[in-house]
Amino acid sequence: MSIISLIIKREFIAKVRNKSFVVMTFLSPLLFVAIAGFIGYLSSMKAETKKIAIRDETGLFANDFVKQNKKDAAFKYLNLSEIDTQALKDSITNESFEGLIIIPKTNNLKDLESKIEFISNNSPSISFIEKTQYLIAQKITKINLEAAKLDTLAIEKAQSSVNIHLVKASGEESLKGLNEIKIGIGGAFGYLIMMFIIIYGNMVMRSVIEEKTNRIIEIIISSVKPFQLMIGKIVGTSLAGLLQFTIWAIIGLGLMFAASTFFGVNVGPTARISPELMQSAQHEMSGTAQMYISELWNLPIASILFGFVVYFIGGYFLYSSFYAAIGAAVDNQTDSQQFLLPIIMPLILSVYIGFFTVVNDPHGTIAVVFSMIPLTSPIVMLMRLPFGVPWWQIAISVSLLFATFFLVVWFAAKIYRIGILMYGKKPTWKELYRWLKY
Amino acid sequence: MSNLLEVHKVVKKYGDYVALNEVSLNVPKGSIYGLLGPNGAGKTSLIRIINQITLPDSGEIILDGEKLQQKHVQTIGYLPEERGLYTSMKVGEQCLYLAQMKGLSKAEAKVQLEYWFDRLGIQGWWNKKIQELSKGMAQKIQFVVCVLHKPKLLIFDEPFSGFDPVNANVIKDEILALKEQGATIIFSTHRMESVEELCDHIALIHKSNKLIEGKLSDVKRQFRTNSFEVGILTSNVEGLMYDITQKFTVAPANFKSLNDDLKLDIQIGNSTPNELLNILTQRGQVTHFVEKIPSVNDIFIQTVTG
Repeated sequence: MSIISLIIKREFIAKVRNKSFVVMTFLSPLLFVAIAGFIGYLSSMKAETKKIAIRDETGLFANDFVKQNKKDAAFKYLNLSEIDTQALKDSITNESFEGLIIIPKTNNLKDLESKIEFISNNSPSISFIEKTQYLIAQKITKINLEAAKLDTLAIEKAQSSVNIHLVKASGEESLKGLNEIKIGIGGAFGYLIMMFIIIYGNMVMRSVIEEKTNRIIEIIISSVKPFQLMIGKIVGTSLAGLLQFTIWAIIGLGLMFAASTFFGVNVGPTARISPELMQSAQHEMSGTAQMYISELWNLPIASILFGFVVYFIGGYFLYSSFYAAIGAAVDNQTDSQQFLLPIIMPLILSVYIGFFTVVNDPHGTIAVVFSMIPLTSPIVMLMRLPFGVPWWQIAISVSLLFATFFLVVWFAAKIYRIGILMYGKKPTWKELYRWLKY
Repeated sequence: MSNLLEVHKVVKKYGDYVALNEVSLNVPKGSIYGLLGPNGAGKTSLIRIINQITLPDSGEIILDGEKLQQKHVQTIGYLPEERGLYTSMKVGEQCLYLAQMKGLSKAEAKVQLEYWFDRLGIQGWWNKKIQELSKGMAQKIQFVVCVLHKPKLLIFDEPFSGFDPVNANVIKDEILALKEQGATIIFSTHRMESVEELCDHIALIHKSNKLIEGKLSDVKRQFRTNSFEVGILTSNVEGLMYDITQKFTVAPANFKSLNDDLKLDIQIGNSTPNELLNILTQRGQVTHFVEKIPSVNDIFIQTVTG
């Protein structure tokens, strides 16, 4: 058995046998399900209906609010225009009502626009205020239109709503919602890579520091080349990580399967109650769903998967070499902070670029440039891939990534070689630079 | 006797600091070679270069007639001063892993391990983790790891540190047994009494330079002062002193003796011991007459401070 595979095997076994690995692997899906369930439970809980009192001196608006009671369970509007303002204000302080809308009588409706008050103990949500403003403005507009003797029905008819169909030059129709799917897929992959790099890069670093503090490093290095040890460590750790991800994927699929069978049973009886209704709904649904699915198949799946594998390997190895070099340079984890920051920064930067710039303009200058820079390309390019990227850009980006990877491994191996035998002091950036020349 | 290891004019610099300045050594086959020097002299740098942990800036190293190369790691066993093992790994697995890294097959490694565990009386430790062992126990494991692959060249850096006297003796016997089996041993230590006891060759490195090298007896001959410790019972001390100060340099000496005698340290220079003895016997009863052989300790201190 070759020495590198020996090292890979040891690193893999050491990681997998670690208690925290076992706990993480089996506990985090449970935790995930628990959190998802908890959120689901919270959102399924009916929010308490809030009572809102309305004192409408004009008598024009109260009915419109009360009509809302049927549509919106969150608020119950009560027309209390007859009751004295002071008494209503007192009942707010007594908390019989959540709030009080006061619409005063004014000479004309124009004045009213800035005279309406909402009184409450707690500041109301923005959406509530916007909704209230909208309702009143709507009513005033309607009254104004009628006063101007305009036909409100005709105006309503004249209003138009546009729904643009997105069609690719190649001819297939596509859906607007699809962009979100693309972002979702690219984002998920990009995020996955970032998480993997941070978690397992850190593991590589810890393992290097462990060998240093254990002082076993000298024995190992008298048998193998530091470079072999470094590569073995990175590969072994990543295999442990892949195993963890595979287990998570299997558990996830299992849970999904379990969930769908569980809900499938639930759906059954409902379907029997109103078959026609279900069918028509299904028909309507399946049209859109089918389009989504066919669009999904039309995504550059091959290039996305290929990209994921290539960028995953390239990105992880690139960053792990940094982590290994840092681990070699320091004596303990607290010392590693100052060196870690410049590594975490580009990772976070690329996720932000991915979620803000790529989403807005997948082929804009910023997105293109950052999908070329090796430190950000694994994440940014993956997020761009679902939108279709010219092959030459991928070629440049991948070759830059791997060229940098080899360069960094070479530098990291040098720092690693010197660093693992240096004990007792925290090196400065200047010293690290000097090590490169030894 | 041919040399197993030859170091030719090795230079190692760390930045501006010269750790080794054209150091050359010849380690004869089958010898126990003491590598001595004060802290920071460059011993560890040299040992690391021999182990190919670091590379020399210039100079070359010949092992068993060949230029030192990667395959030679399998013929060297190294016990570093800074001991360490994977603390959370089991003893057996760890030894197997380290043995395989030295080129042993798993089966061979197992056989060797069983032999050594048996020999050192640590059979029951196979499934223990290093963190459960005491420091001395871990040292034993480390010793086993170092010799497991039957290396031609063994490099021990302070092999006895951390051992109690009983176990230190066990290790010492093992080192001598390995020498009997034909291994060459480089032995770096600050314990001069064990150098005295074990080494047949020594080299002394000080401030990055090799100052002394050779057979221990030759080195001692080189450092002999031709002085003798003398004990004598005499009634006429003044007469005696007069006689010997005519010819020799005399100083008071201090050694243990059962007699109430006069203790002297007499340097005879180019004269023979017999000339001194003649004078002494004429003046009194000689109770003690020993040549002062320089100890390694003396040589060390004299060279380093002189």
